[in-house]
Amino acid sequence: MNNKKVVVRMLAVIAALAAITVLQMCKPQAPTSVSGTDAAIKAYVPPGKYDEFYNLVSGGFSGQMSVYGLPSGRLFRVIPVFSEDPTTGYGYSEETKAMLNTSHGYVPWDDLHHPAISTTNGEHDGRWVFGNANNTPRVARIDLKTFRTAEIIELPNSGGNHSSPFITENTEYVVAGTRFSVPVGDKTDVPISTFKENFKGYISFISVDPKDGKMNIAFQLKTPGVSFDLSRAGKGPSHGWFFFSCYNTEQAYTLLEVNASQKDKDFIMAVNWKKAEEYMAAGKGEKAKVRYARNRYDETTHTATSEILTDVLQLDPAQLKDIIYFIPCPKSPHGCDTDPTGEYIIGSGKLAALIPVFSFTKIQQAIANKEFEGEFAGIPVIKYEAALHGEVKKPGLGPLHTEFDDKGNAYTSFFVSSEIVKWNVETLEVLDRVPTYYSVGHLCVPGGPTRKPHGQYVIAYNKITKDRYLPTGPELTQSAQIYDITGDKMKLILDFPTIGEPHYAEAIPASMIMPQSVKIFKLEENNHPYVAKGEGQAKIERKGNQVHVSMTAIRSHLTPDNIEGIKLGDEVYFHITNLEQDWDVPHGFAVKGANNAEILIMPGETQTLKWKPLSTGVFPFYCTDFCSALHQEMQGYIRVSPAGSPVPLKYSTGKVDDTATGAGQ
Amino acid sequence: MRTTLFVLIWLALASCGQPKIETAASVADLPAAGGQASVQDDESQQDVVKIAANSAAHTTLVAALKAAEYVDALSNAGPFTVFAPTNAAFDKLPEGTLETLTSPENKDQLRTILEYHVYVGVITESMIQDGMTINMVSLDNATLGKKDGKITINGAEVAGSARGSNGIVYIIDTVLLPPEKK
Repeated sequence: MNNKKVVVRMLAVIAALAAITVLQMCKPQAPTSVSGTDAAIKAYVPPGKYDEFYNLVSGGFSGQMSVYGLPSGRLFRVIPVFSEDPTTGYGYSEETKAMLNTSHGYVPWDDLHHPAISTTNGEHDGRWVFGNANNTPRVARIDLKTFRTAEIIELPNSGGNHSSPFITENTEYVVAGTRFSVPVGDKTDVPISTFKENFKGYISFISVDPKDGKMNIAFQLKTPGVSFDLSRAGKGPSHGWFFFSCYNTEQAYTLLEVNASQKDKDFIMAVNWKKAEEYMAAGKGEKAKVRYARNRYDETTHTATSEILTDVLQLDPAQLKDIIYFIPCPKSPHGCDTDPTGEYIIGSGKLAALIPVFSFTKIQQAIANKEFEGEFAGIPVIKYEAALHGEVKKPGLGPLHTEFDDKGNAYTSFFVSSEIVKWNVETLEVLDRVPTYYSVGHLCVPGGPTRKPHGQYVIAYNKITKDRYLPTGPELTQSAQIYDITGDKMKLILDFPTIGEPHYAEAIPASMIMPQSVKIFKLEENNHPYVAKGEGQAKIERKGNQVHVSMTAIRSHLTPDNIEGIKLGDEVYFHITNLEQDWDVPHGFAVKGANNAEILIMPGETQTLKWKPLSTGVFPFYCTDFCSALHQEMQGYIRVSPAGSPVPLKYSTGKVDDTATGAGQ
Repeated sequence: MRTTLFVLIWLALASCGQPKIETAASVADLPAAGGQASVQDDESQQDVVKIAANSAAHTTLVAALKAAEYVDALSNAGPFTVFAPTNAAFDKLPEGTLETLTSPENKDQLRTILEYHVYVGVITESMIQDGMTINMVSLDNATLGKKDGKITINGAEVAGSARGSNGIVYIIDTVLLPPEKK
């Protein structure tokens, strides 16, 4: 060994020791700041491990709901709800078209803003998640066993279903308020300038059957023509009440940017829904003629049905004085959130630089003592100070939404100043603030709107990302950001891009959902009228120009896979039954020239794709969902002949006419 | 050899200390808070803060916005109507007022005054009617005037306006003070 090598080795050892010493020296530093490593560990879920929470995130203008894991931010599934989805065939298959039916006919798109997970005793129960359609007012119920849309109910007399869906402690009701007041009833063709006279707001109380979740509009409250923005039900002591934020109490009908921001205060509307129930039981509800659709998906026929309903019961709080009270709230309140104890109601004036916190006890006292400052459209207005617990002073600019942890703290998002502010609900003291990137809308704490928050994370759903990710031209992704809230200071641990606009989200422990997740649909329970429960039942029936193909799919062939005798002018219905009874083996189906979409068929399920050929020839079809090593062999042909052609209807799989070539032998 | 050793130790030293937080490079001399003010973008129309920052007549206002930590807020989506007092307007304040306001312990007071210069929403010249009141971010009302095409706010003359990406800026020759609370 020469000297030079010895020197090199010694130097290397010294350098390594120096490096270790220096690293150890700086290790305990900066306890309050987040190092990249700390953050990564907090958000890291190793391959093969599960996330702690399901995060059900609305897709905003995508109309769908997405399912992420927390804290990893991994996307698991996008559930089609209000928008058709050519990937799964939702809205394209014959079975799902009825889900998007409305009193305006088939509506292929909507704007889903707020998920709401069902609760029992004010805590998440993991049965269903509800979502709202903003544009053509509807509420959807998604089954958390299948992660599929089970029911959609339309809301009559609503102009835009933003203040929705919000649920009572035991999911007795899902409540939906209208953003746009509109003229209703017999007098709808009126000048827009007659807003004050003719426009009304409506709040719909949708009852939910505790057994199967089926929805029904129990009653509507007729309210003054204002805009309802958001809402929360009371809980604990305030169970039996609902609180809605209202803006445009100016009743402007043009340039709301200026005209709906005139007053320094709008209202929180407190609704005593138990009292409304009493009036309903006493027969005070008036029947109104309306038209609305209700669509339900049956998991045994694998088919949705739509019905049009024609009446609804309404209560008029201007007559029945003790249902509704207004509370002044600075200005254009957006979020309206009740804390886990049910005592405090937080109004967030989105153009204000303070947060008023109202006390349920004081509201009750003010009502008992008639501490009113007057009336608005026949409804008593409680004095601001009489209802106020206190104000959070100078918290930031543009408060929007508040969620809560399990330690008495609130987390409020600020759109304009782009930050989350943590404050104490009792003392109203600001405890911490962190920036978001950028312009946060809603927040989510797992269980945050319930009586039992899991105060581990707060997630910010941002409207703007600008320079946060690699740019993709003018259209950029929106984002979610996860902050660890277990310590005194909020710490950003991860941000991730989302589908659509991540408007609002709820999160629920994985342990409440995972065990109930459906793996397959049982073939023996399949009651689809065109099911083929085995290859022996595969068949083709002609009914005039309609040809119904009952086809089966199993690894790795379709039965039948040769079809002849289709004539130009025929409508072919491919009813595909997936014969698999094995987890995570869907099959897909597509046929050349189809003017609609593909369909995905889950194990044990039947779905139908309609196909109308426009030319003669032989058309290939195949399985689109990679199912096995012979997925690429899972295919077939359908022959289309001229109208009036003598080619007989015939179908087969594995039958070879031309034995000379040996093909198929 | 010595160089190698030095580099190794230097690397070890450099790797500790404050953890690095990635931020985009900041624009001009606006604070690099990592908020929207620090987004690098020379292609888009200027926002209301950049309009003020690029105006030699508004250095005092920009300094006040920084002291109140309002630069990021006004770089966000808005929309805003900002009444921007010139340096001369600040000079008209009684001596020592500005120094008092921009000292850290008076941040809330400074914010209130700046909030009285901001309306959330865009009010263009054509929307202004004489005697129209608007409720500013501070929750106080201000009165707009319009006579013979001349626009005023609380009597202070509007010298000009500039349209930004996230709102509109009206240049005024007087600092607006919120009305005394009753």
